[in-house]
Parts: sequence; C-alpha cells; structure tokens
Amino acid sequence: MKAPRFAYARPASIAEAIALLDKHKDDARVLAGGQSLVPMLNFRVAAPKVLVDINRISALAGIKIAKAHVRIGALTRHAEIERSADVAKHLPLVAAAMPHIAHPAIRNRGTFGGSCALADPAAELPACALALGATFVVAGKKGERRIAAGDFFKGLYATALKPGELLVAAEFPLPRPGDTSAFGELARRHGDYAMVGVAAHGSGKSVRAAFFGVGDRPEVFEADTVDGLLSKVETDLEPRADLHASAATKLHLAKVLAGRVLKQLIA
Amino acid sequence: MSAPLETVEIALIVNGERVKRSVPARLNLADFLRHELELTGTHVGCEHGVCGACTVRVDGEIVRSCLMFAAQADGCKVDTIEGLSDSREIEELQSAFVLTNALQCGFCTPGVLMAAQALLRDEPNPSRERIREYLSGNYCRCTGYQAIVDAIEAVAKARAARSK
Repeated sequence: MKAPRFAYARPASIAEAIALLDKHKDDARVLAGGQSLVPMLNFRVAAPKVLVDINRISALAGIKIAKAHVRIGALTRHAEIERSADVAKHLPLVAAAMPHIAHPAIRNRGTFGGSCALADPAAELPACALALGATFVVAGKKGERRIAAGDFFKGLYATALKPGELLVAAEFPLPRPGDTSAFGELARRHGDYAMVGVAAHGSGKSVRAAFFGVGDRPEVFEADTVDGLLSKVETDLEPRADLHASAATKLHLAKVLAGRVLKQLIA
Repeated sequence: MSAPLETVEIALIVNGERVKRSVPARLNLADFLRHELELTGTHVGCEHGVCGACTVRVDGEIVRSCLMFAAQADGCKVDTIEGLSDSREIEELQSAFVLTNALQCGFCTPGVLMAAQALLRDEPNPSRERIREYLSGNYCRCTGYQAIVDAIEAVAKARAARSK
C-alpha cells in the first residue's frame, strides 16, 4: 500500500507544467490535491513515471467573477469553494454540493479541477458542471482551448483532456434572475461517494438535471418543465449496477431522489 | 525546481522545529513523520484516505498525511498530535476524552483529536449532529462514537461557559 517509484517535479508556472506534461506525455500524471490519485498510486492502479505537482502554481487557484461567468481555477480547494461567498451567491448549486464531497480533511486538500479531470462517475462536481452548462478551460503546448462540459466527460475516468494538456479552470455562466437549482445525493455514510445523486438547474425556459452514480458518467436530462423532466427520468433513466447497489435499487433511489430534489426547483 | 527527481531535498517546520531531509519522492508524509522523525503518534491505518488516523495539520489545516508526499510538505508548517499535546493546545479535549471513555484501543484517537480541535476552532458551538458529520471521516472501531461526541460537546460547552 505504498506508491510505486516515480520522479517528482514541482513546476512554478502553467507554462512550465505544460512543458513537463508535453515532454513526458502518457508517462506523466498531474498531482493536484492527490485525494484520489494518491490512493490510486498506493493501490498500484496508477503507476506514472513522473508526477507533475501543480500545487505551487498560484495562477491555477482562486475564484473570480467576470461579466458573464464565475471562473473557478482548477487548483481551488473544495474548502475554499465551500467557504466562498461568491459561490454561495452566484452558484448555489455548487455551494449545495460541497458538503457532500468527502470529509473536511479531504476538502482542505482536494481540488475542483482534480475532481473534474478525474471524472469519477459518482463525483458531485462533474454533475454540477453539466447541470450549469460550464465550460472547461484547458491549456496545452499550442495554447488554450475551451470545452463545453457536455463534451468534456467521455466516460469512466475519461475526459476530453489530451496527453500533455492541463485543466486550468471552469467557467460557469452567471445565473439569470429567477434561475433555481437543487442538489441531493444518497450515500451510505456522510461523505461517501454517492450511491446516486442529482444536480439540477432550472431557468425560465427549461430545466436540466445531471444524475451521477448511475453509469460511466453523469447522465443529463432536459425538459421544459419539472413534470416533463420527471416523466423523462421515469421512462429513460437506466442506472447501471456498481459496488454499492443493483441497477434496480439504484433506479428506485434515483426516482425517489428525483422527486425530492427536482420539486425544489419550483418550490 | 522543475526537473523530475526521485530524491527530493525538503526543509519544513514540524511542531515548531526546523527539519531538513533528503527523501524519496514516493515517501508519504505519514511515513516521513513516523519513520524519519519518529513521531509515531500519527497513525497509519488504511493508507488511502478513508480512516482518518493519519490526520495532521499542514499550514494550519487538517489533511490526511497518507495522501500527501513528504516532498510536497517542503516549506510547510506541519503540526502533529505530539505538537498539539506538548503545547497543551488540546489539553481540555484530552481530559474530556479520558473522563468520558472516548477511547479504547486509541488507534484512531490522534486523528480524532486533530479533527475535533479543527472543528472547535472554526465552530466553537457545534451541535451533536454537526460533530458527527465533521468526524464522519474518522473511523473508530471501539467506542461507537457516542463517547467521542460527548467529550467534544463537553469541551465546547465548557469553553462557551467560560467565555460568558
């Protein structure tokens, strides 16, 4: 249960990190908060030759409000997002999700970008990014590119990030007056990964819900009304079984949760 | 520093004392504290961030020392259970744990104390439910948690009564 041997690099800038990632490509992994990567190393599920520790790159951290969006830097710790008045005000969905992410000592260290780049199918933040229509900012040797959340999550621990690229931030559109959001998840123990969870956002025109813990990536449903969304969930949601529960149990839990959470959008 | 290295020079402050070492990149902070500095109060349970026994403070915030490499603590201020105990920062919690039988085998206790102290620092008057929620990342297999919650609640109440 110890990490395998690796070489450790601690770049001081985004450019330096990208140069290292570009040089070592598939042999390198980015070390952000390490709250998932280090267990994977200890279990020997991952064995990169080079770890690129981005923890000292201050340009990657922090929450900024721009004209049309809230930008959350990839290295922003969960604890900072949890405490952020800006997030509470502009991204109540993200704020509501934070206490469900593991435990205080994990949230002090774990990062927003790490959670999104890992793309665990039972994680909260990818579902929030999908429900809110966030855009990921990714940097590579050729410069920056932007990827819509809907195109970013590709499957089990798989994203649109290419070898040599670094997730820099996510931009969440600022909500419009009257927008609502709701979040809920079911876990056996507080802070565990969700057996099933849902992040939902409603605007005047439509409602969107991202279910997580139901398959290899969050599943997004969209409809004009909450009732329309609920009936789509009723007919179309087909969770896969995992270590926590059978498909039938998950489907039951998802429907119960959908009823509870989505109704908050119109409450 | 930017070239990848398998051995890393680190300088940090542990429990107020300057420490300089050369460490393998793969050495985690918990093992560094235990084996290199002989600070064995930090316990190693699950080695994947679930049990909370290895909880220490890095730059004032509690973290899992099994999920951080010693190399990453370079330049940081690390406080372990030995430091908190010697400085008497957690004296009240320790007494309350003894009084309420909040420990049996004691394996989880250092991590629980680190977490409890962090909670009371940020939230001086937590409800029992909040205490349980905050400690959800610290496994205890002996006590059933009841006495641990009792002890933390008692300290919070005693501190609140004193500050009135």
